[in-house]
Amino acid sequence: MAFDSLSEKLQGVFKNLRSKGRLSEADVKAALKEVKMALLEADVNFKVVKQFTNAVTERAIGSDVMNGLNPGQMVIKIVNEELVSLMGSEVTDITFGTGGAITTIMMVGLQGAGKTTTTAKLAGKVKQKGKKPLLVACDIYRPAAIEQLQVNGKKQDVEVFSLGDKEKPVKIAKEAMDYAKKNGFDVVIFDTAGRLHIDEDMMNELESIKSNIDILNTILVVDAMTGQDAVNVSSTFDEKIGIDGVIITKLDGDTRGGAALSIKAVTGKPILYAGMGEKLSDLEQFHPDRMASRILGMGDVLSLIEKAEAEIDKDAALKLSKKVKKASFDFNDYLLSMEQMKKLGGLSSILGMMPGMNSSQMAQLEGAVDDKKLSHIEAIILSMTPAERENPKLLNPSRKHRIAAGAGLDIAEVNRFVKQFEQSKKMMKRMPNMMGKGKGGFPFPF
Amino acid sequence: MAEKITFWQRLIKGLTKTRDNFIKSMDYVFNGFTNIDDDFYEELEEVLIMGDIGVRTTENIIDDLKDAVKKEHIKEPQECKDFLINEIKQQMALDETSYDFENKTSVVLVIGVNGVGKTTTIGKLAGKLKANGKKVMVAGADTFRAAASDQLKEWAERAGVDFVGGPEGSDPAAVVYDAVHAAKARGVDVLLVDTAGRLHNKKNLMNELSKIGNTISKEFPEAYRETLIVLDGTTGQNALVQAKEFSEVTDISGIVLTKLDGTAKGGIAIAIQSELKLPVKYIGVGESIDDLEKFNPEEFVNALFYSE
Repeated sequence: MAFDSLSEKLQGVFKNLRSKGRLSEADVKAALKEVKMALLEADVNFKVVKQFTNAVTERAIGSDVMNGLNPGQMVIKIVNEELVSLMGSEVTDITFGTGGAITTIMMVGLQGAGKTTTTAKLAGKVKQKGKKPLLVACDIYRPAAIEQLQVNGKKQDVEVFSLGDKEKPVKIAKEAMDYAKKNGFDVVIFDTAGRLHIDEDMMNELESIKSNIDILNTILVVDAMTGQDAVNVSSTFDEKIGIDGVIITKLDGDTRGGAALSIKAVTGKPILYAGMGEKLSDLEQFHPDRMASRILGMGDVLSLIEKAEAEIDKDAALKLSKKVKKASFDFNDYLLSMEQMKKLGGLSSILGMMPGMNSSQMAQLEGAVDDKKLSHIEAIILSMTPAERENPKLLNPSRKHRIAAGAGLDIAEVNRFVKQFEQSKKMMKRMPNMMGKGKGGFPFPF
Repeated sequence: MAEKITFWQRLIKGLTKTRDNFIKSMDYVFNGFTNIDDDFYEELEEVLIMGDIGVRTTENIIDDLKDAVKKEHIKEPQECKDFLINEIKQQMALDETSYDFENKTSVVLVIGVNGVGKTTTIGKLAGKLKANGKKVMVAGADTFRAAASDQLKEWAERAGVDFVGGPEGSDPAAVVYDAVHAAKARGVDVLLVDTAGRLHNKKNLMNELSKIGNTISKEFPEAYRETLIVLDGTTGQNALVQAKEFSEVTDISGIVLTKLDGTAKGGIAIAIQSELKLPVKYIGVGESIDDLEKFNPEEFVNALFYSE
């Protein structure tokens, strides 16, 4: 498949970029070439991509490579930050009317974007919030559109208002509002016909609904699979009718959904919900930051970067790496590095976040270094006296027996761990440069 | 021929805004550059990608162009334009056997993801075949989407053809079984089968599709088989993935490209043709029953490249 290779490609590029302290222009350009391709394959609009990569280049050249990251990851980190800031980081919802006013929502979009289905799903969501929604069938053109809304409305147990397909949508909308007022509905959602953004007559119809009824939310429904044209569609709808928010549908496919980024970049309007499936319950709140990493296709390597950034105590890491170099590494340090690992969600979680890790590799590794074993090790160290922790040489058979009893483990396991510890200490002595190169790298306790 | 001209005029009209942008940038590239250099290629790449032709196909096209420039000593950017147009036209050319199903006793399976215009396409196709004097039946095997059957039934009525369907939630293969037997009994020429819009990464839905295929092979082995995948002309690179995944469970024989009346360029068709060797057979440019036409590579490429 087209998209699988992105992480690999990036890793290939980054292999040559290792162990440099600062991002050079060449580093950035090499990495960004791949990023550009990735974004284009995700259907982000070409112009948006161009603007975006220019902005990133400017920011990235010359910046310091953060502790624990290689230059490639550093570029990705910057790319991701810029993507998130472009997408917006806040979760946004529809605007509800205040002071007893009816909340009006008009759904608009191209044919086949998934408006009718989404409209019913949205009604279901609103109902969950304790509101009383009314669905209004304003699509009088597509055969059976009204029936589709009625069937879906029934599934959500939401009433559907319809005057059939002989009345004008504006009239239907007006009468629906009267009906809602009389019958105590507090949210009215209008399902309109799919239309092309260049169809003047049809666009005028939406305008006239909007000028006759106080529409609080005009929501554009867009298929996540839309290509380069997403920019034209969304900007035209926004210019002609004015949109307040966007719902992206069909995100449960394997599309990377670059359209979301294009739309946000061009209109600046928030994406409210994402359609994640055919069932009515599959409408989810949209998280822009998660979408950023999906578009980039870098999986959760980004989460790893973020976590490493947020959780690792840099001073502690620095102290630790100095000790490693001098090989004065003791059990206290071991414990410390283990705690840092835990903050990252345990070993298997870290491994799982690495790109290029497949499930069979994961299974093998889990056998070798599972989190349970680490908790045993923790118990062993915690059963030592402070003196023993500082000076591993103190450990004799009788002390080891006491430690095993304290940790609730077999003496063999204590022996194995102590032996392993001595070995890794020796190893550290031999290659002090492996760990972080004096920049406060992050030694893993295995 | 009169009808055909109006159709292509409509396509041109539909594509006007598209064409304006696309051609403007094309002209800018071909007329704005006096030399064939890296900047020229870069600009050209941009224009092609903006047309949804895709990164890889664009790279291939440009590589071919570079070879030709070297071999044939092309000096003028304008000559590059002619080369490109010819290359794409050749690539998009159709076999003589492409429309054989229209003249045989055949079963046409219409597949594709949600919302691409499958049901509408079937309605239009039924109308066309009926107008050509064929006995047509449509089967509503989309038992998943609410009211999908109603929508198809209405199209069948408009086109004046027979309709066979089943209740919502029933087994689509059973609907197809009924339809095949009804078609045989009534001496139908072409049976058009509407399927549920399924996202191609949903395994069980895809399996359902192969089950439908098996039912047809078993109950109606003598019928000529045609499987058309309907793709939304506004879809980007994911359309490639769709076509690829569908072709793994069923033999696709052609593409129907819909919604070309907007501003999308339908360049994805070129990408699919180039990467999967699947021909575009029909294109749709509107909502009414005669807005579906046989694909004409010559006209399609001209509509994309030439100003009036």
